[in-house]
This record gives sequence, structure tokens and C-alpha cells, in this order.
Amino acid sequence: MRLHEYQAKEVFAEAGLPTPDAELAESTDEVLAAADSIGYPAAVKAQVHVGGRGKAGGIELAESDDEAREAADSILGMDLKGYTVDRVLVEAAVDFVDELYVGVTMDRGEGKPVAMVSSQGGVNIEEVAEESPEAIAREHVDPAFGMHPYQARRAVYDAGVESDVASDVAGVLSTLYDLWVDSDADDTEVNPVMVTSDREVVCADAVMNVDDDALFRHPDLAEMEDAAAEDDLEAKANEYGFDYVRLEGNVGIIGNGAGLVMTTLDLVDYYGGEPANFLDIGGGAKAERVANALDMVFADENVDSVVFNIFGGITRGDEVAQGINDAIAQFDELPKPIVVRLAGTNAEEGMDILNADALGVEETLEGAVQKAVEHAGAAGGDGGEGR
Amino acid sequence: MSVLVDDDTRVVVQGITGGEGEFHAGQMIEYGTNVVAGAVPGKGGEEVHGVPVYDTVSRAAEAENADASVVLVPPAFAADALFEALDSPVDLVVAITEGIPTQDMARVYKRLGETDTHLIGPNCPGVITPGEAKLGILPGNIFSSGNVGLISRSGTLTYQVVDNLTDRGLGQTTAIGIGGDPIIGTDFVEALSLFEDDPATDAIVMCGEIGGTDEEAAAEYIDANMDTPVAGFIAGRTAPPGKRMGHAGAIVSGSGAGTAESKIDALDEAGVLVGDTPEEVADNVEELL
Repeated sequence: MRLHEYQAKEVFAEAGLPTPDAELAESTDEVLAAADSIGYPAAVKAQVHVGGRGKAGGIELAESDDEAREAADSILGMDLKGYTVDRVLVEAAVDFVDELYVGVTMDRGEGKPVAMVSSQGGVNIEEVAEESPEAIAREHVDPAFGMHPYQARRAVYDAGVESDVASDVAGVLSTLYDLWVDSDADDTEVNPVMVTSDREVVCADAVMNVDDDALFRHPDLAEMEDAAAEDDLEAKANEYGFDYVRLEGNVGIIGNGAGLVMTTLDLVDYYGGEPANFLDIGGGAKAERVANALDMVFADENVDSVVFNIFGGITRGDEVAQGINDAIAQFDELPKPIVVRLAGTNAEEGMDILNADALGVEETLEGAVQKAVEHAGAAGGDGGEGR
Repeated sequence: MSVLVDDDTRVVVQGITGGEGEFHAGQMIEYGTNVVAGAVPGKGGEEVHGVPVYDTVSRAAEAENADASVVLVPPAFAADALFEALDSPVDLVVAITEGIPTQDMARVYKRLGETDTHLIGPNCPGVITPGEAKLGILPGNIFSSGNVGLISRSGTLTYQVVDNLTDRGLGQTTAIGIGGDPIIGTDFVEALSLFEDDPATDAIVMCGEIGGTDEEAAAEYIDANMDTPVAGFIAGRTAPPGKRMGHAGAIVSGSGAGTAESKIDALDEAGVLVGDTPEEVADNVEELL
């Protein structure tokens, strides 16, 4: 679960990290009221999970009421790389002389957390990582011991942070590490940590991703989940307990197991179509889950056809088939064509009971994908020729 | 011949009295696996499918002379179950559980490094040597005995590829589902080295997916150390990069690494035949044999 900036900042501030004064606003009036209480200059920042927010026009600086109104009008409701902005964070602008990067994440290759500091923070940190990785000081942490204070200091000094703020920046890193552990985070990150002309250290942004698998032991963070969801469909996916990612195309995809669902997406692309989503219904898919999955894909107006691909291990083909039949029984005519392919445990029994009058039924994965791509193309989508 | 498991493997099932544990222990026994004990705290003295249950893994392993454990314990208790298995006499642990918190696994991984035990998984379908033993939840009926070794990060994708292989009469020595989690025990390199040392394995299929750099490491290893030919498949070519990630994930591996393209290129260069579809993977295996 990725927290919004405003949520992460609340968590960070509570942990004692220095964050600018800020208020969340959902209308132009609220933006003006917030700016009034915080004071100018103030930054108005779109609260969506989009990289390069600032460059795309999602962050504006306001020096006056007029400018704040202008910023609010332009950002609220704007479409930022496919996401509508419903909320902005109004925040005291920081007068900075330096921007640093400080973050903690899991180095999966090492199986250990890694704490990172760079004196070249700011919008181009990914380029820095790519072009001069040595500019990012890394400190691997033994997860059984935790991060020793010297490790935080070493990372900060190795990154070339100026000595008068080194202790404060090391403090930020230590706090981020503690938060990372205490919250079961995948990442805790501040980019940039700003150094002001008064040599104060301020956390100007906040990124926090929490391990979905650990939310069961963090009820306080789990409560933020609804607000963190990016759109209605993602909120619905959370409710149903599906792994779901919305994409740009028009072929809806439902399957079981991340690897096989990804493969199905890849095949849609391979045969000239464009996937509309990733939807993994997981193992042991009973009728209700199947119906919920169809409900989700039908709710996406971009979808022109659906490929439903199940390879049963724990999941039984006859149960899935029954679920599909039940789910489509409510329609006189299907809103979108569905192509089904079942394999593995009880697949033959499943194929036998599928309502073949209403559904397309295919024996192979490749066949099912090609058929769905054809349907999507016929519906006016982007179906083209296979490679 | 085979790797990791065969008909001599003596198995303890951790969590055998739970719904999943009981069901899959039954399936394993039906397949012919030597399930000799269960381990569940507080259930010592009971029997499931005629198999005696012990309160601890160590007691089960000592009493029944077991050398492997299958972990079918819910995620909240799984790390503890893994620590217990690593601290017992078994030398192979197969962790099926999906959804173990990553930081729990980091601590398990640290402990694993201090032992000689093989850990397969977590979040994996298990290990099967067709006709001899299955440790996990794989559907036994799609596998057949033969000379192809299989390594995969994904459960259902494994089944798909095996189905295509079996369809053409290409049987398997052993199939290892290494698991899809960020932190796993046995990785591609370790699994490849097991098959390289197995005289019965004449070709290997590795199914990878986006994320991490395990496949890139495998490519290097294959290039430098392996004679057995390898066919590959990478899932996730069309996955949107870093949709749910901050910068941190990308920074660890460099932003280009971990993508399908980077993995396919690395494998290509190491002489691995990478297929575009599961069907093509089977074509490639036929060509390699």
C-alpha cells in the first residue's frame, strides 16, 4: 500500500521528523483558507501517485491569494497522467540551499535492508542512480541487529553531506529506518531533504510504501487504505482482495497466479492487442470471487473484451466454470464478450459445464488470447496484426 | 535421478491439522510421497491420514527420522515455523505459505545463511520429482517423468509450461517452484547448480519474471559454469514499470535492471533460448535435446 504524501507526512511528523506546516484541501476555498493559516509563499501539491508530478504541472508555488486561487483552479480536477486530482496538499514553501536524498528499502538481492543517502537529492535522483551510482552512499543493515548509529553517520559522511547538518541528516535516516521496521514498510523515503539557508533540515516530501502482507498487524495503517487507493476500481479491488493494476488498453484480463496473469498480458500484446488490466484472483477461486472479478472488469469502461484464463492447481476448473455461469446468468446479453480457457485440476469437467452459448471457450492459452484480441479489435479498439 | 526429493525423502508437514495442511498432506500421500509426520503445537498425539502428529518439528523429525519439512502454516505464524524448521534436524524446508511479511523473511534469510539447510520458497508451489515424491501443492497429474529440469518463480505459470512440455512427451526430472516473493531461500543460481550436477537432467527450463536481478545473476552463472542447455521464459514484458514503487526500489538495482528486457537480454547473451510464448518454450526444449 502506497501512502499519499500527506498521509506519509503525518506518519513522519508523528515520528518526530521535521516537516513543513501543511494542510490538505479539496476545494479552492479550502486551499485559500489553508494558505491563509500557513502563510505565503505556499506550495500547492497534487496528491496522486504519479512520478514527475512537478514537471507535469501538479505542483505550483503561490505568493498571494490570487496565485493560490489560480494554482487551486488549475490543479484540482486536473488529469495527471491518467489520474484525476481530488486533493492537494497546501504546504509552507521552504527556502532551501541544498537538496539531499535519504531513504530505506529492502535490497531483495541481499535479503537485507539498505539505508541510502545522497547529497544530490531532488527531482533527478533516478538519473543520479543511473549515471553516478557512487553518489549514493549505501549501508546494508543486518535485520537481526537493526541499524547501528555509526551506520547512519557513515552513510551521511560518505555521501558528502556538509558536517554542520550531518548529525541532523543522520537523525532523519535513523528515524526513517525505525519507521521502516515499525511499520513493516517496503520503503520509507524523503526526497528531497532540504537544507535551508539557516542550516535547518526539513523533510519536503515523503514516500512510504507499506508491505500489504503485513497490514494485518498494523491496523492504524490499514485504516488509511481506502484513502490511499488511486481510483474507484482500485478501491473495489482492495475490497474484493484482488491484486489489480489498471492499464491503458481494452482487453480485460482475469487469471490466477501473478506469473500466469503477466504472461497472459504479454500474450495479448504479442498478438497485437493492448491489455486493460492485471487482475489476479489468487488460488482456490470460488464462485463469488469469480463473479467479483467479472464485476470489476465489466466496470472498466475501457474494456471491450475479456480473456479469462485459469490453470487449476488448488483452484478447481468446475468451480470456476460454475462461478462464471452464475455471474453471467444475470445478463440477457453479455456487456462484453468473454473468452474462457480452463486447464489443470477438473478442467474438463469445467469446460463441459461452461455456458458455451454465451461464452467463447478455447482449449489453449494462445487461442483464448487471440480470440479476445480479435473481439477487442472488432469493438473498435487497437487490435492489430500479430508480430 | 533427480534433485532435492525422491522416494526416499521422509517428510514432516508443519500445519497438518489446518484446512490447507490436511488437504495437501492427503494429496501428497496419494501421490506416493513419504509423509511420515505432522508438526503442530498442541496437537501432539493426534493422527491425520494415519500420520502421527508431534508438538514440535524436532520431535517429529527425530521420532520419524524425517529429513524434509513442508510448511503449510498461515502467514502470521510462518516465520516462526520456518525458524523452527531451520533449528531442527531436517535439511530441506519447502515453504508454501503465501503472504509472509517481507521483513519477517529478511530475518529468516539471515538465519538460513547460518545453516546448511535448503529452503525452497516461500510463496511457491513446492518441489516434485514425477512418479516419486511431491512436496507442496502442485497438481501431480500434469507432470511426467523425464530428463528436463524445471525452475520457476511462479506457480500457475509452472503448470502452464509443464503442461506444454508433457503434451509433447517431454518429461521432467524434478520441478522446483522457487517462489515469487522478494526474499526467497533457493534462488535460480542454486537451483541451476543442482540440475547441472544431476546426470539425469539433459536440459533445463527456467521461468522468471520481472523484479529483482535473480535472472541476471542466473545468466552470468550459466555463461560461466554450465554445460547443460537452458531454455528460458520471462513473464511481465508488458508490466508498467514501477507503478507502485517509490524511487528506492529502482535505486537499489539501477533503474534499468529488473525489467523483462534486461533479463531477456542477459539470458540471450548467456546462450539461453528465451521463448516468447509458453508454447515456444516447449519448441526450444525440443530443439535443445
